[in-house]
Amino acid sequence: MNLIFFEIALVIYLIGMATALAYLITLRKPLSWISNLALGIGFLLHTSALVSRYLEAGYTPITNLHEALSFFAWAIIAVYLIMQMKYRVEVLAAFVSPLAIIMILLASIFPREILPLPPALQSFWLPIHVTLAFLGNALFAVAFAIAIMYLIQERQIKAKKIGSVYHRLPSLKVLDEINYRCLTWGFPLMTLGIITGSVWAQSAWGAYWNWDAKETWSLITWFVYAALLHGRLTIGWRGRKAALLAIIGFAAVVFTFLGVNLLLTGLHAYN
Amino acid sequence: MEIVIIGLSHKTAPVEIREKLSVPKGLLSDYLKQLVSLPGVQEGTIISTCNRVEVIAVINQGAGEQELINFLAILAQLPAGELERYLYKLKNAEAVKHLFRVASSLDSMIIGEPQILGQVKEAYRLAVENKGAKLILNKLFHRAFFVAKRVRTETKIANQAVSVSYAAVELAKKIMGDLKDKKALLIGAGEMCELAAKNLLSQGIKEILVTNRTYARAEELAAELHGRPLPFNEFPAQLEEVDIVISSTGSSHYIVHKDQVQPVIRARRHRPMFFIDIAVPRDIDPRLNEIDNIYVYDIDDLQNVVAENKEERKKEIAQAENIIQQGQESFQKWLKSLEVVPTILDLRQRLEKVRQEEISRTFSLLRNTSAEEREIIDLLTQSIINKIIHQPIAFLKSQNNQEQGKFNIELFRKIFGLEENNDRAVSQDTPSGHKRKSLGLKSS
Repeated sequence: MNLIFFEIALVIYLIGMATALAYLITLRKPLSWISNLALGIGFLLHTSALVSRYLEAGYTPITNLHEALSFFAWAIIAVYLIMQMKYRVEVLAAFVSPLAIIMILLASIFPREILPLPPALQSFWLPIHVTLAFLGNALFAVAFAIAIMYLIQERQIKAKKIGSVYHRLPSLKVLDEINYRCLTWGFPLMTLGIITGSVWAQSAWGAYWNWDAKETWSLITWFVYAALLHGRLTIGWRGRKAALLAIIGFAAVVFTFLGVNLLLTGLHAYN
Repeated sequence: MEIVIIGLSHKTAPVEIREKLSVPKGLLSDYLKQLVSLPGVQEGTIISTCNRVEVIAVINQGAGEQELINFLAILAQLPAGELERYLYKLKNAEAVKHLFRVASSLDSMIIGEPQILGQVKEAYRLAVENKGAKLILNKLFHRAFFVAKRVRTETKIANQAVSVSYAAVELAKKIMGDLKDKKALLIGAGEMCELAAKNLLSQGIKEILVTNRTYARAEELAAELHGRPLPFNEFPAQLEEVDIVISSTGSSHYIVHKDQVQPVIRARRHRPMFFIDIAVPRDIDPRLNEIDNIYVYDIDDLQNVVAENKEERKKEIAQAENIIQQGQESFQKWLKSLEVVPTILDLRQRLEKVRQEEISRTFSLLRNTSAEEREIIDLLTQSIINKIIHQPIAFLKSQNNQEQGKFNIELFRKIFGLEENNDRAVSQDTPSGHKRKSLGLKSS
């Protein structure tokens, strides 16, 4: 049942992404309207998928790669919808939806059966730690998309190329502001994610910190964003520097999330 | 009855003459009332903006034109003969097209500018208030708003700037977003400088500082722009406070250097700065553009922006002219329908259609009728229709030269549902009844 919701949500998200990209090219208003509608409906279906999977499995569905990627995509769309309501950057969908689509397509590759919950994960910390971490990551994902838009637009203006790209992207100010907003929300969430993970590690594995690959890389990621936040607050790192760091930070997020699972092994690897 | 537009714009008259004709807002109503009470003037309104003053009127055939010119001459306090040099006089189809072009901003100094439509709507509103707009002007203006809206939504002419100062301000907004909490510094003086500053003001910029090697000139300009004058040697210290710098001095060397600005941007905690260098030779060291969060555009850069926009705009303008042409044709059709002959034809056509439908239905029900009987029935139905419409048609013919004529013909058309000429309405005949979608815009 949950897989039916999942499949339909995926298709509708694809429609949302396709129309968003079409809007980016043609600037025909109805396409923007349709893409937001599709992403909204897809989001509702995706939520139903998660809820029904929770009901079927009896535990929070974030225990294997399929579930984690699906949840990540869901969180990215959630952040997008919130940002869109607040800032109304019309072409934002074209840059953010591909991220969500990649995650959800990856999710459909990995095995999806609902298996009994391994004992290591039987804890109330599961939903808390993973949800916090993923919400933080979703915000950084959107910040990544925004950072790319910023760099493109900045390049246009610096190089005096005032053409069709320039007209489609919003002002540097808005892009920088959304980037900042994602950071100020994402960083505390990520920090809490790491802390709750640590507390859980203590009760599950006996130590607050084990320096396993995932823990180490999430710490590296944390430092990147901490540096960015610090730079923003004190020196006034804004614009280009902030965008570059948001991109580097997200690369670290992706590696922490996927690279560790796929390339390395350890306590954290989903198997 | 004729539709006329008499007036002048930035295209036909210099600002000294336009100034004379500009009507203070408070007096517009009074002048309108005067206009409408002139002999030969059935309907009328006045459009008054800083770039044009036009009288748009519906006048009796052959009368009124000289009256209108005199009216404008009195307004301008100039002898009519002198004023006439600057006026354009448009009639009927030309006048309709002109109004549509004006409302769509195609006749504006900056094609695609958004204010003109609001100004035209204001002129219409005033006309309605002062009983200057009746059947014809009502329809004309509503159609103008409709066409203008189509032009705005179906073409991209509103998207891009076609003047240097406009382009500069649009760039500023693309860099910094809302200008409401931003400050600008004007170095030097000059028309483009001032235009750009005025554009900034109209976008709500917080403050404008003005500096000049001659302090008196700075004071003068600052007063005009509701800004603050600054002694020339003090401006470097103020750089930290300003977000936008517009420079246009006669200096043969750079007056703002890269190493000057580097500490400034740090002190500003990297809040972006935009330098607009209109001077030749340039005032601002172009290497400033290499610094993060600093953007420098010289006069060539700005002109390239405008040129690129103009090229893209040509396509859009052609499309806009197309839309206007369509609107004009549709309006002409409506005007024509207010005449008697087309109305009679339409009425006959409509009734004939009904008759044919009913007859064919009846004939298919009657099995055993001879050809003779069918002919009798056919004649019967024709006769009924003719008898019924005899009186209405006589009435129509009597409307031809009446003052109320057009209103009555319009009403007549409404009663019989004859409004196919208006491309916004589609009448759908069904055998049992008659459906009609609502006509166009009632309010814009």
